[in-house]
Amino acid sequence: MKTFKLGGVHPAANKLSDKAPIEVAEVPALVAIPMAQNLGAPSKAIVAKGDKVKVGTVIGEPGGFLSSYVHSSVSGTVDKVDIVEDATGRRVQAVFIKVEGDEWEESIDRSKDIVREIKLEKQEIIDKVKAMGIVGMGGATFPTQVKLAPPPTAKPECVIINAVECEPYLTSDHSLMLAHPEEICIGVQILEKAIGVKKAYIGIEANKPDAIELMTETAKKGFPEIEIVPLKLKYPQGGEKQLINAVIGKEVPSGGLPIATGALVQNVGTAFAVYEAIQKNKPLIERIVTVTGKSIKKPSNFLARLGVPIRQLIDAAGGVPEDTGKIISGGPMMGKAMPDTNSYMVKGCSGILVMKNEESRRKAAGPCIKCGKCVHACPMGLQPNFLSRYSELGMLAEAEEERIYDCIECGSCQFSCPANRPLLDWIRQGKPKVMGILRARAAEAKAKAEAARAAEEAARKARELEAEHEEHHSKTEETHADVNAHLLKHSGPMPEDKK
Amino acid sequence: MNKLNVSLSPHVHSGNSIQRCMLDVIIALVPALLLSFYFFGIGALVVTATSVASCVLFEFLITRFILKQPASICDMSAVLTGLLLAFNVPSNLPVWIIIIGALVAIGIGKMAFGGLGQNIFNPALTGRIFLLIAYPVQMTTWPVSGEMGYVDVETGATPLSLFARYMAGDVAALQEMPDMLDMFVGMIGGSMGEVSAIALLIGFAYMLIRKTITWHIPVSIFASAFIMALICYNFDVHFAVMQLLSGGLMLGAIFMATDYVTSPMNNKGCLIYGACIGALTIIIRRFGAYPEGMSFAIFVMNAFVPLINKYVKPTRFGVVKK
Amino acid sequence: MNLILIALIVLGVIGAVGSLVLFAVAKKFYVYEDPRVGQVEEVLPGANCGGCGFPGCHGMADACVKASSLDGLLCPVGGAETMAKIAGILGMEAAASEPKLAVVRCSGDHCARPKVSNYDGAKSCAVAAATFGGETGCVFGCLGFGDCTRACQFDAIHINPETGLPVVDEDKCVACGACAKACPKIVIEIRRKNNAKTPQPKRVWVQCINKDKGGVARKACANACIGCGKCEKTCKFGAIKVENNLAWIDSEKCKACGMCVAECPTGAIHATEPVMVVVEKLKAKKEAEKKAAAEAAAAAKAAAQSEAAAPKAEPVAAKAAPKAE
Repeated sequence: MKTFKLGGVHPAANKLSDKAPIEVAEVPALVAIPMAQNLGAPSKAIVAKGDKVKVGTVIGEPGGFLSSYVHSSVSGTVDKVDIVEDATGRRVQAVFIKVEGDEWEESIDRSKDIVREIKLEKQEIIDKVKAMGIVGMGGATFPTQVKLAPPPTAKPECVIINAVECEPYLTSDHSLMLAHPEEICIGVQILEKAIGVKKAYIGIEANKPDAIELMTETAKKGFPEIEIVPLKLKYPQGGEKQLINAVIGKEVPSGGLPIATGALVQNVGTAFAVYEAIQKNKPLIERIVTVTGKSIKKPSNFLARLGVPIRQLIDAAGGVPEDTGKIISGGPMMGKAMPDTNSYMVKGCSGILVMKNEESRRKAAGPCIKCGKCVHACPMGLQPNFLSRYSELGMLAEAEEERIYDCIECGSCQFSCPANRPLLDWIRQGKPKVMGILRARAAEAKAKAEAARAAEEAARKARELEAEHEEHHSKTEETHADVNAHLLKHSGPMPEDKK
Repeated sequence: MNKLNVSLSPHVHSGNSIQRCMLDVIIALVPALLLSFYFFGIGALVVTATSVASCVLFEFLITRFILKQPASICDMSAVLTGLLLAFNVPSNLPVWIIIIGALVAIGIGKMAFGGLGQNIFNPALTGRIFLLIAYPVQMTTWPVSGEMGYVDVETGATPLSLFARYMAGDVAALQEMPDMLDMFVGMIGGSMGEVSAIALLIGFAYMLIRKTITWHIPVSIFASAFIMALICYNFDVHFAVMQLLSGGLMLGAIFMATDYVTSPMNNKGCLIYGACIGALTIIIRRFGAYPEGMSFAIFVMNAFVPLINKYVKPTRFGVVKK
Repeated sequence: MNLILIALIVLGVIGAVGSLVLFAVAKKFYVYEDPRVGQVEEVLPGANCGGCGFPGCHGMADACVKASSLDGLLCPVGGAETMAKIAGILGMEAAASEPKLAVVRCSGDHCARPKVSNYDGAKSCAVAAATFGGETGCVFGCLGFGDCTRACQFDAIHINPETGLPVVDEDKCVACGACAKACPKIVIEIRRKNNAKTPQPKRVWVQCINKDKGGVARKACANACIGCGKCEKTCKFGAIKVENNLAWIDSEKCKACGMCVAECPTGAIHATEPVMVVVEKLKAKKEAEKKAAAEAAAAAKAAAQSEAAAPKAEPVAAKAAPKAE
């Protein structure tokens, strides 16, 4: 079985809810839909207090290029637009809606029929994906329309669907595949059409044999270009770079876009959302979320509307147990710990993990014994112990030399450290600083190259003028000047190219 | 509900700990320890007990009264140092010499650098080399296998000293050479823990299964020592295998060179480090004044580890070599 | 004898050749440096704290020698004395400098600002600030993991274990600004040490940086500035500005009169001991005034009640009573 080549760890899978069917979560009396639900710029609220909205009404517009639409997940009246704290206690704008009935926008096809035929053309698909507010559902929430429009230099060859779900505990993708295999395959076809390729892989880890079997059968029945790739269990297989490496064996070049390998990676949840958006006109207003944990009474998979209070979902799974020490939005390896349960469902929330107090406390950190376990665990071939130390001491030049910017923050190093050192805590301090230095340097180089080009242009113009004035110049000399100008012109952007 | 704990991810841990790693190495040493009790009797017991107890005691005293830090003896590293020191000395070594060795190992080899994780040289090896230079007579009169006493035991030549005599022109030395099977099991003279190759290899297998260490350092030492032995001893395969089985090579390759703190951190570095140790060992054995070269080879390469860590980088993901 | 002679000759020749080589190299690669740089560096404290804005004391010395005047150049550690010495060496006028000090602008101790969650990551303010808003309801205030104490080269700032807040040692602080730079929440500000010409430093500052609305801030921390603006109205020197629900006192304009301290309803404005003496008097005076007002109101009320029902006086009395306490 395939897997990625470097590093990786094996955290206990703990898929407690993998047999739980998808339950529809109750719609509460009041929802709060945050406007910052995607990576990049937050959306801008376009409704005000008193506005009537239906399920699917646009309530937020993109706040920039890397941003997306937000739709109302309920029908009712806008109560207020106020600041709420998100899962990590940061303040974001949110639209509060008082729920009245459950009236959907008429354009949404709510029937259970599966629509096979893809009527839209390439650009129409991308536009509709944008209009429906689709973002990456794996947790990174990268606006999908941006990803579907790669730079013109890229040559897409295939779509890779991330159904790995390598995070322990989470089962939302797993339950989605069991419930909607055909819709997912149609979604994959839509994605293929959007980037103009005819090949797709669905990578599934080997601990989901039922999903592998079901998806393989479905693909056989009418999707010959979709190949199901079972993958050997190893974290962080769901990382974009690791998944591409595992499925097609290519490596995303350091500093480059994943599309450089010809593969476009999308989460399986995104494929399903794309299907619903394109074929059923349904915007992204709900998602599957796993509520789980060793102390949770009834580990469940809920289909929950965006904006539902997190507390309500935990209560639906049996309530917050007495001995709870940590509540995490997402999985235990990359999820975010919440300071309280007062936040609301967002597009990127794939799971809510409740941990007992004693399992959630970090043990005291000891001295680094230079065992190299972090180096062996790192899927990017970095030396986390050095990165961590350099970040802690502010040695940014050394951290850059050790390629801190390649870190994908998967946490494998800290997971495997026998001294319990907070390696990733520190690496996260140094990485943005080094990235900032790199960006500043790139901008400077670009400005310099541009200035040089402008100077050349001016020189060339001057020379041309000179040539015009002195008509008696011999022809050979003129060509000479031309060649020179040509050479200069082409040496202009060189430094940038070399980078 | 309690106050929730908040930290950055990851929120789970492998459960591995320094203590667990050290304990695994100690468990891996148990077969060799039992065999040495079997071969050397009461002497082995006295040496091991003295060494372990004094190492732990010195570490405790130094952390408590000189560094004034919380005691670090619970991480078991001092126990391991004591065991390894005992393994590296003859089983009839006087108690006071062992205590001096333990003081050097813990005091100078480890705590002087700032304690666990900071030392450049393997502490047990530091102690051993100090004793070897300070008390060469006591350190190189090894009891023969099967001598169960502690004092006034019959001592004899080790395979390595026989080798040295043979290479110096004493053909008769070859007659005294034990056969390969005896060497494999450990029916030979030598330091307390180094005699039995089979017991050490069992420990190696255990550590590989537990993923305490990787194969890179021991295997590269074996390979390079074997090749170097072929070159140095006229391409005699029998001799080369004898070289691997004799002296402290097995013990050094599996337990001493793989010490976390003093070995490189990535696989490439480990291979270079191991290969250099193997080659150096055979060169010292063949051309040096001492019949045994393992300790010195590891010691020398310990000094190069920071350099290896600086210049040998792991295979990067997504970086194409030009 | 012969042997000794040979040894002497050999060593002598080696020494001679070596010295020639060194001489040649020193001549060839000689870099001119103003000798005054060395002299100035001698006078500087040599802590290399970077408080002056230059990379270490050598950088500062270099800058001083190259500068045409000493304006804007200040060694916060050595202070005016050192600058005068430097001025003497360089034959320039020393710029007048005001002694400054690091001020911690958070008074959210354990009692005032109860914890609502528990931080479990690396013990560093920078990491904690990247993780979440903080252990308490206030997302602006001090995190209390001591990045400032680690940044301080002069052992001048320590975390008080009782309050969990850093305390600046006035005698040791040289206002180098290292702590202010290290603080991810920008809690620490470098302010004038003395706002009046008194032997004991007089200064007033708002010990809070919470920009939340009054109610939210108050809920999170009992000592928070609620941005009510009373201080701004009270200040006669225009030194106080309330922006984003937060008051800030300009230490260049403040005269340390203590009026604002007496006026602040939450006690968010702090002042040094000499100012507090004045403040106590002001407060006593105000209390007396209020009492008189309350009495007058009560008298008026009584008078009104005796005549007829006077609904207007009642709320005044009700408001005044708790304030007078």
